[in-house]
This record gives sequence, C-alpha cells and structure tokens, in this order.
Amino acid sequence: MAQFSFAFPKPGTKKLLVGATLGAALAIPALLAGLLVFLVPMVNKPLLDAFIREKLGHVPATWVGTQWVYAAALFLAGIAMFTFAAITGGIFSWYERRVAARIQSRIGPNRVGVAGFLQWIADAVKLLFKEDLVPGEADAMLFRAAPYFVVAGMTLVLVALPAGQAIVVADLDVGIFYILAVTSFIVVGILLSGWSSNSKWSLFGAIRATAQVVSYEVPAGLAILVPVLMAGTLSTQGLIRAQGGWPWEWFFFRNPAAAVAFFILFISQLAEGNRTPFDLAEAESELVAGYFSEYSGFRFALYFLVEWANLWIIGAVATTLFLGGWQIPGVSAQTWASVRGAGSFPAFGWWALQFVSLGIFAVKTLFLVNVVIWIRWTLPRIRIDQMMNLCWKYLVPAGFAAMLFTLVWQMVATWAPIVEKITALVVFAATVWVTWRFLQQTRKNVSLIAHERVDLSNW
Amino acid sequence: MSKLVLRRLDRNNEEMLINFGPQHPSTHGVLNFLVETDGEVMRRAIPDIGYLHRSLEKIGEMVQYPGYMPYTDRIDYLAAMFANEGYAIAVERLLKIEVPKRAQYLRAISCELNRITSHLVSIGTMATDIGAVTPLVYALRERELLNDLLEALCGARLTYNYHRIGGVAFDMPEGWRDKVLAYLDRLDSSIQEWDRLISTNEIYRKRLGGVAVISRAQAIDYGLSGPNLRGSGVDWDLRRDVPYGAYPDFSFEVPVGCGWAGVVGDCYDRYYVRVLEMAQSSRIIRQALEKMPDGELTAKVSRKPKPEAGEVQSRIESARGELAYYLVSDGTERPYRLRARTGSFMAMGIIEDISPGLMVADLVALIASLDVVAPETDR
Amino acid sequence: MGASAETVLFWIFAVPLIASAAGVVAARNPVHAAMSLVSAFFWLAGIYVLLTAHLLAFVQVIVYAGAIMVLFLFVVMLLSLTDAELGLEKLSALKWVGVVGAAGMLVLVVSALAQSGPRAMRAVGADFGTVRAVGRILFTQYLLPFEATSVLLLVAIVGAVVVAKEKI
Repeated sequence: MAQFSFAFPKPGTKKLLVGATLGAALAIPALLAGLLVFLVPMVNKPLLDAFIREKLGHVPATWVGTQWVYAAALFLAGIAMFTFAAITGGIFSWYERRVAARIQSRIGPNRVGVAGFLQWIADAVKLLFKEDLVPGEADAMLFRAAPYFVVAGMTLVLVALPAGQAIVVADLDVGIFYILAVTSFIVVGILLSGWSSNSKWSLFGAIRATAQVVSYEVPAGLAILVPVLMAGTLSTQGLIRAQGGWPWEWFFFRNPAAAVAFFILFISQLAEGNRTPFDLAEAESELVAGYFSEYSGFRFALYFLVEWANLWIIGAVATTLFLGGWQIPGVSAQTWASVRGAGSFPAFGWWALQFVSLGIFAVKTLFLVNVVIWIRWTLPRIRIDQMMNLCWKYLVPAGFAAMLFTLVWQMVATWAPIVEKITALVVFAATVWVTWRFLQQTRKNVSLIAHERVDLSNW
Repeated sequence: MSKLVLRRLDRNNEEMLINFGPQHPSTHGVLNFLVETDGEVMRRAIPDIGYLHRSLEKIGEMVQYPGYMPYTDRIDYLAAMFANEGYAIAVERLLKIEVPKRAQYLRAISCELNRITSHLVSIGTMATDIGAVTPLVYALRERELLNDLLEALCGARLTYNYHRIGGVAFDMPEGWRDKVLAYLDRLDSSIQEWDRLISTNEIYRKRLGGVAVISRAQAIDYGLSGPNLRGSGVDWDLRRDVPYGAYPDFSFEVPVGCGWAGVVGDCYDRYYVRVLEMAQSSRIIRQALEKMPDGELTAKVSRKPKPEAGEVQSRIESARGELAYYLVSDGTERPYRLRARTGSFMAMGIIEDISPGLMVADLVALIASLDVVAPETDR
Repeated sequence: MGASAETVLFWIFAVPLIASAAGVVAARNPVHAAMSLVSAFFWLAGIYVLLTAHLLAFVQVIVYAGAIMVLFLFVVMLLSLTDAELGLEKLSALKWVGVVGAAGMLVLVVSALAQSGPRAMRAVGADFGTVRAVGRILFTQYLLPFEATSVLLLVAIVGAVVVAKEKI
C-alpha cells in the first residue's frame, strides 16, 4: 500500500497567518456562492415582483420605485458576475501554479499566506502598481482599447451561463448561440492588440490566434448542435432541464455521438481559449508572448484575468451541454416546484436547494478545469499546420457525422426510448471501466519511479 | 555583420524580416537569427553570431599553458569537462607526457558525467521549446543531483577546472563511488520515465519527426559532429574510432539515428540519439568505476612547461560533437596560437541551408535539436 | 420591463450607435473605421434585442462582428496603407458627390417618415423572433431564397479556393 506523508499546515507556521489564509480561503468562495445564489436569481422578473410585493410591501405595477429596484437588481447582478469572474480567475491562477508545481515536482508559490493562497492578491496588486506602458510607435488608442474587448467577450458570456437551477442572469432562448456570438469579441480584441502594438511578434501572435479561434468556432458550433438537437432548445437552462441528475441521464452518455461531440467541443474550447496544446498564439518559445508581448501593468493583468476566467467558462459550457449541469441526482422538476412553496416568493428550502445545485455545477466545472490545467502542463504545443489539419480534416467532419447521427438517433429514441436508456448504461459502464484502467496504469507508472511512496508533504 | 547579411536578402514586400533574438526565449544564449518569413513559412533563417565573443582563443596566447585551464571552462559552460580534457590532451601531446591510468579513468568518468548533465539540459530545453514545460524541470532535477556529485569531485557545479596538464586535480572523495553507482541506477529508471513522459508523446513525435531533415551527405559536408552527425545516420564516434584516454578499455555502443519518428536525420533522431547516449555514458561510468586502477593522479610536469617549438592537435568527443584544439608552440611558456574547433559553431552553419520551407515553430525545433550553445559558437 | 426603461435602454443603445456610425465615416485610419463599425454592430444588436429579435441580434454579432469584421481587419491591417496609397487627396470631388447623395437620402427618409405619420408599433406575439419562428418562416415561406443563398455561398467558397490556390 502506498505510504502518504501529509502535513498541513507546516508545523511552526504563525497562527495569525493560518487564520488569515483559512479565513480568506473559506470566506471568498462562500461570499461568491452567496452572491450568486441570492443576487442572481433576483434578476428574474416574477421573482423581483414577488420580492417587491412580499418583502417591501408595495404593488409592483403601481409603485414608483419598481423601475429603480429593477435597475438596482440588474446592476448588482452585473457586479456579482464580474466579481465572480475576477475572483475565480485569481484563485485559478494560484491553483494552476500550485498544480503545475506538483506536476513538475516543485513547490510553487508558498510565501503569501499558507500554501501561497494569497499569492493572486499580491500579484494583482503588484500589476496594478506597475507602469502602464504604451510603446512609442503603437496606435495608442487601439492599444489601450484592445484589452477591454477581450474582457467584454469573457464577461458577456457570463450573462447566459448558468451556475444553478435559478442562477443565471438571463435565460435567453438563444442562450448557447449568444455565448458563441459574444466570444467573437475576444477575437477582435486579440487582433487589435496584435496590430496596435506595432511589434512583429504581437502581429504574428494575433494572426495565429485569429486564424485559430475563427477556425475552431466551426467544430465547436457543430458539437454544440448535438445537445441542442437532443434537447430541442438553444436556451442554456433548457439544455440542462432536458438532462437529469444521474450520470446516465446526461447527454454525454445518452448518445454515442454526444460523447464524441463532447470531446470535439472540449478540444475546440481549448483552442479558443488558447490553452496548451493550442497555445500557439502566446507560444513563449516561439513568439515571446504573442499578442500581448507589449502589454504591462493593468492591461497585462486583464489578459491574464481573461485567460483564467476562461477556465471557468470552458468547464461551465461543457458541463451545461453534456454533463447534466446543475441537476441534482434524485431531484426532479416536481421536487423543485414543491420545495418552492405556494407563495410567489420562494421558501427557504428552495434557496438551500439552489446552493446544492450550485455546488454540483461547481464540482463538475472544477473537474474539467483540473483536466485543462493537467493537459496544459503535460502536452507539447502543436504546430499551426497541424492545428489547422486537426480542425478541418478531423474535427469538422467528425462534428458533421455526430450531428447527422444524432438526427437519426433522436428518431430512434423517440420511437423506442429503451434504446437510449440501454446505451446510456452501456456508455456509462464503459467510461467507468476506462477510468479504472487509466487509474491503474497511472498507479503502475508512479510506482515504477516513486516505489510506493506518495509525497504530499508540501501541500 | 548585419549589414553584410542584409545585403544578401532579396527583399520585396512579400516577406517579413524578423530578428529572432538576440534576446529570445529559445535561442539558448545570446544568438540572433535573421528570419525572413512569408507568413508562417520561412524563406530563410540566417544565424547572426558573435554576441558572446570573449576572445578566448586570443587569451590563450597571453597566459601560460597551465593558466589557461580555467578559461577553457568558459568555452562551453554546459560541458566544461570536455573543454578541460581537450586542452589538457593537446598540451600533453605537445609536452609528450604520458597520463597515469587512474587519471585517465577519472577523466573518462568526469567527462561522461558531464555528458549526461549536458544532454539532460539539451533534451529538457528541447521539450520546452516544443511547448512542454514540464520535462525541463524533470531534466534539471536529475541534473542537480549530478551537479552535487561533480561538486563533490571537483568543488564546482558548472565551471569545473578539474583536469590538469598530465592528469586531474583531485581524487575521488570517500564514498563517492557508491553515490555515483546509486545515481546511475536512478538515471536508468529516469530515462525510462523520460520516454514515457515525452519521447513517446504523439504530439512531440509529430512536431519533431520528419522536420528539418539533414541527410547523411549534408551532415558530412557541413562538418557536423557528435550527436548531430550520428542523428543523420553516420556511425562515427571519436571515443570508438579515434580512441583517446581510457576509452579503449570500455565497451559501449554508439547510438545512430534510424528514423524513429519518420525520416533519418530529422529533429527526433538527433533528440533521441542524445537520450540513448545518456544510457551509454552510464554504462561507461559503471565500467570505469569497476576497473578503476590505483596510481598517481598526475604525471610529473614542470610548473612552467616550455614545450619545444611545433604544432599539435587534439580531438575529443564532446557532448556537442567534436572538440578539437590546435596549439602552436614557439618554445616559450605561452602558446603562439591556440584555436578551438567546436561542435556548435559547425552546427550553426547548416541552419541557413536547412531553414528554407520550414515553419517558424520548426526553426525553434531545429535550433534545439542541434543543441547549439552560444558561448561555444562564439568562444 | 416598463415602457420608460425601454426608452432609456433605447437611448443607451442609439446614441453610441449613431456616434460609432459617424466614426466609420470620419475616421482617417482604416483600422479605426473598421473598429467603429464593429462597435456599431454591437449597439445595433442591442436595438435588435429591444425589438425582441434575439436571434437576429446574435446572428448579426457572430457573422458581422465575429467573422466578417475580422476579415476586414485582417485585410486592412496587412495592407498597412499609408495616406498616399489611400489617395485621400484625390477624393475631394467624390466627397462632394457623397455629401449630395447622403443629403438626398436623408431628405427621402425624413419625408417618407413624415408622410406616414405617427403610428403605434404593432404588437407581436410571444413567439416573435425566436429560433422556432424564424426557422419556420425560413424553411416554409422563404425556402427557395434560402436554398439559393446557400448555392451562392458555395459558389463563393469554391471561387475563393480557386483564387487562393495556385495549382489544384
């Protein structure tokens, strides 16, 4: 049996430091969850009306303050989503560095707070105080504007991205299409930053990034069509409602083509997020830093914020489309309705269940985030022609095939629903088996080198 | 230099001229490449060297024979032991000295250990240049342990100054032999780990296989040597074919590129030859430790040797190919002329001819696979 | 949303829309002009959303702001045109023609609006502008134009490949 050595926090660490770090590590996610659970559902108009009627004691239709309450709710929800993106991005930056360090048998940031947890705050403060340099030959206006396009592209996605049963700012009926559309602002921002920097490296990176993102939008769109066909809606919440809580009720398992589409989507998302092995645009060993070579200080921080906040988006979109989103196993739509209570303002149990759904969604998303980080620190980078080949010669045809298969599959599934149930169980069992084999192989590889010793002492 | 280079470019508006250096993450030192590209595809990459020139050959004419030994460390800071050995052999030939057997064995051990550290850096940075950051850290981890061993042997981790004219400076410390053997056991398993980690990675093989192929004839024409030459399928190793020092006593194989990931002479062959050479070095060290004879550490050499007038050449198999010293003596205590022929300099020559048609990302792979080290190029 | 909030939102979208549209015309630097156009598309999408045409709004963003404008920017950036190459001086005669044309257009639109007089907007059903509704119309009433467009696009793609590829 493997021996584990684990010491956390290290003996001799100051109590105040431990307290501050643990406080931050618990309070920040709790605060974020609270913001999401209590603020975001309130943007919903019926709920807001009920809030005005039952909590404020006014009639929404006639009260003067109604419009102001609406505006305030929108404003607060906007702040909540942006805060959420910024803080998860920050925490991911620390987390990725810690995981990378573990993968590379290093320690990683461990100076600011216990286990270096407060490192991201220190980094952000440092970057804010740095000089905001604009190269002399750059197109100053566009150079300054470019990061905001990138940030806008990332933030606007959050509007339609769900995180719980009622936790979505706007459940648009074209939700997933909206997400595809607003991410295109990132391309514009990247192209601008590359061109306006007036540096050959930046231009190189920008052109690579643009070619990559525009190309990979095609397989991503095709892969998205598969769950859309299965659910019959483009709304993100509708897609999740069409799935269930148990794994065999997820789209991923219900249709063999959906499993393929999941991987197509995931690969395309890696490419669109410029993550390894598709980090050609910021390829350090080739292009120095790619399109943001010339940026410094606050604007540089914005690019990195987007990069890490994108991790959440990558995970959340895939979770929404294929992995059952926030669905709680065993909790059906009837349960949600009965917990909500008869009153127009939901009962306490409903809010508690929102927390659970947020937790489930977060766990699935964070799992995918882990996979993305793990891939980044494992794989080399592919070359641009290989990247294009992969997209147009493999992913796009596979995406079309998956879509056509799904069309037929949906007809079969409507005709004989049992087929879908059996497939789901078979695919689920196969996935469990593959995972088990993978873990066994990993264990074997580790024991070849480490000889039954698993060292976790520097966590 | 740069003006001369620019005149050779037939420029029109189609191509973009990029200065790939002198400060660039993947040029392995202060190097510059003038890269003429048409989009991602290169028209040509012209090496522009000389940023690290420190007149090491001229310094050789200014100092006495033994005094030059620390300078040789600076010729190639990743494989200083070889520069030591090559210089020592050259002066010994000039003075007609026979080196004691024990010193020759220690030279072989120290050089092979140094070959492993140098190859570890080479394959590690190669992986980083291809975009996989993790393997470099693994390679450096192994190298640190090896640096500890070399430090125990000669007191320095990078610029060893270990060899002396007529022998070596220090004997093995107590217990060092067992530590080296323990390390070699570890190394053999970590080479396997390395293969699982990156050598068999599909993306890695696709990035290196069939890229920047140097044919057998080209490699010989351009005077490539060492792993770069063997990567192109030429079975040539000075340790075996023109033996020197203790090497005739050991049995080892010479790995030769055979197109593991595509074509013979591609980047992957040059890379994998290095991986295999580390295992062979480990084999040589084991044999040397086993057969280690007793005896003197240095031959009797005067402190201010004055060789007879004449010229002499020494050739050794360094980590970066053939390292040759050419010494001319005029009968005084300083050399009249000192010249070092290094592997990196020869490897730089071929880049301009191989580069047309490669992609920018392939240039990085090519530079890394040739294992060019800037100070060795410029001296 | 109440009518007043809708009005506020309308102005929030309309004023920057006009400003960026003016920017497209006024900017001397072609990249600036292209960027103004991107921003105009964005604000226009807002107006579409106010008209409950969600699908149209985002199709507009993904097609124009995401794909076509990127293409524009690519071309404009890579040409790196100077003022002399753009021939800004030569345009003075054309400029006046343009002014006259624009003024004529303005008169036409204003007079048309004035003749039609103030009207209440027709109320639309809840289904209006959804994917379902647009799809139904596209695949029944406008099936022939839809298919004709796809043939047109195919021709354009083949043409682009033929032009770009030196030998096939």
